[in-house]
Amino acid sequence: MRAPAEIHARLTGVTRVYDLPGGAKLHAMGPLDLALARGEFFAVVGPSGCGKSTLLDVLAGLAPPSAGEATFEGKPVDGVPDGIGVVFQEDASFSWLNVRDNVAFGLRRAGTDAAEVTRRVDYALGFMGLNDFAGAYPAQLSGGMRQRVCIARTLVLQPRLILLDEPFGALDQQTRLLMGDELLRLWRETGATVLLITHALDEAAMLSDRVGVMSARPGVFIDVVETGWPRQRDSRIVSDPRFGGITARLWDKLRVESLKIMGGAKP
Amino acid sequence: MTREGWIRLAVVAALVALLEALCRGGVIPRTVLLAPSDMAVSLWQILREGQHNTDIVSTFRNVALSSALSVTLGFALGVVIHALPRLRATIEPLLASYYAVPTFMFYPVFIVVFGVNAAAIIAIAVLLSIVAMVTSTLTGLDRIPAVLRKTARVYRMSFAKRALLIDLPAAAPHLFTGAKLAFAYAFIGVIASEFILSGQGVGYAIAYAYNNFDNRTMYGLMLLVILAAVTANTALDVIDRRLQTRLRR
Repeated sequence: MRAPAEIHARLTGVTRVYDLPGGAKLHAMGPLDLALARGEFFAVVGPSGCGKSTLLDVLAGLAPPSAGEATFEGKPVDGVPDGIGVVFQEDASFSWLNVRDNVAFGLRRAGTDAAEVTRRVDYALGFMGLNDFAGAYPAQLSGGMRQRVCIARTLVLQPRLILLDEPFGALDQQTRLLMGDELLRLWRETGATVLLITHALDEAAMLSDRVGVMSARPGVFIDVVETGWPRQRDSRIVSDPRFGGITARLWDKLRVESLKIMGGAKP
Repeated sequence: MTREGWIRLAVVAALVALLEALCRGGVIPRTVLLAPSDMAVSLWQILREGQHNTDIVSTFRNVALSSALSVTLGFALGVVIHALPRLRATIEPLLASYYAVPTFMFYPVFIVVFGVNAAAIIAIAVLLSIVAMVTSTLTGLDRIPAVLRKTARVYRMSFAKRALLIDLPAAAPHLFTGAKLAFAYAFIGVIASEFILSGQGVGYAIAYAYNNFDNRTMYGLMLLVILAAVTANTALDVIDRRLQTRLRR
């Protein structure tokens, strides 16, 4: 794996083993190494159950590694560090708050003064195209809009590392592409480092600077593909002749690992 | 109001009109049932003359106290049971079959413990209504999406903050449904208890009027109970529906 110049977050020999009822153990992931350069967009793909979300949980400080170490900005991750924002696949909007209050939630909790809250929330609502829905409740919005609310809620806190766990998993293909554009815009404007967990190869290939392919459980990186896209890009990149080559390379690796999960069929 | 609401109202109005016609036409004798309009007149007289004000205040106070106790204690018990899985595994089957037990049969026990007074009535009403709140609390806490708890960790919230800012509002629709049921059961418990172990209250006054062949007072007070129960329940139902619509995931 290429060693980035300025490392923003790092996993070193990280392993995650779960204790199961009856004393059995499940080796979910690792040992695994990953170095994220400051400001890069890194996607992780892998077969179901390979530990993609576990990797994100360890980096976010939501789950401690069984072995190895996670660091963020040079400090060991112990609990969720300041400067990390997480967007989950499931709808995590607060159904009892309207869109504006949802987005302002973290800022108010942090004791940010009211004028600053208004400024940042207005910006985030505008950025995510939610201005007209500021007074609406999540139940009145589509799945894509609710996910935008969650992204806006993360965005207002100005995280330096954004972790996205299959955030568009429940959306249709067109919405996913458009949300991908918004995510790229967010990434460019904020300069944040982004780690995206996804099962969609096209999404990974379109959005990322690098894509890590994980093996079947216990998940380790078996390949890291550099996409070589310019920073200024959007979903139209799917028509670039190189796009097919990237997704084909990802699929070559992933197919073998997916077959292992489906009962050990030969590639 | 919705179309269904208008239809519902029309059906009730038609039934009342039919009853009025049957009573006025002599099909149903006055000794059996008063015409609805006579019931309304009787209720108006009861309220205007104020001879049952003490009973009415006593009943509504007991219903309010029983409901408040059931909701508070039921919620607290639900939280404790939810936090202790072994206790829950032991208790949950008992809760599921709780309403198969006719709790009113315990009224002699409450008379021995509390005497013939409001405390015994409130105890029976609480006994009848508390389990609805306990089970609703358990359901509400079970249904909080795991992702919200994860989100609370991302915000580095303490247990108390999470409980207040995430768990409580997320469980609110179920908690409110529990409170609504607890109120309905408490109302039933208070009125029914007043029939058998009280010297005052609307239930007692209805029984007294019945024993003295005072149909006008009996039906007037029965109409009061029906109107109070339907009004309170409709109001709670409106809030409940709004909560469910706003908070459904």
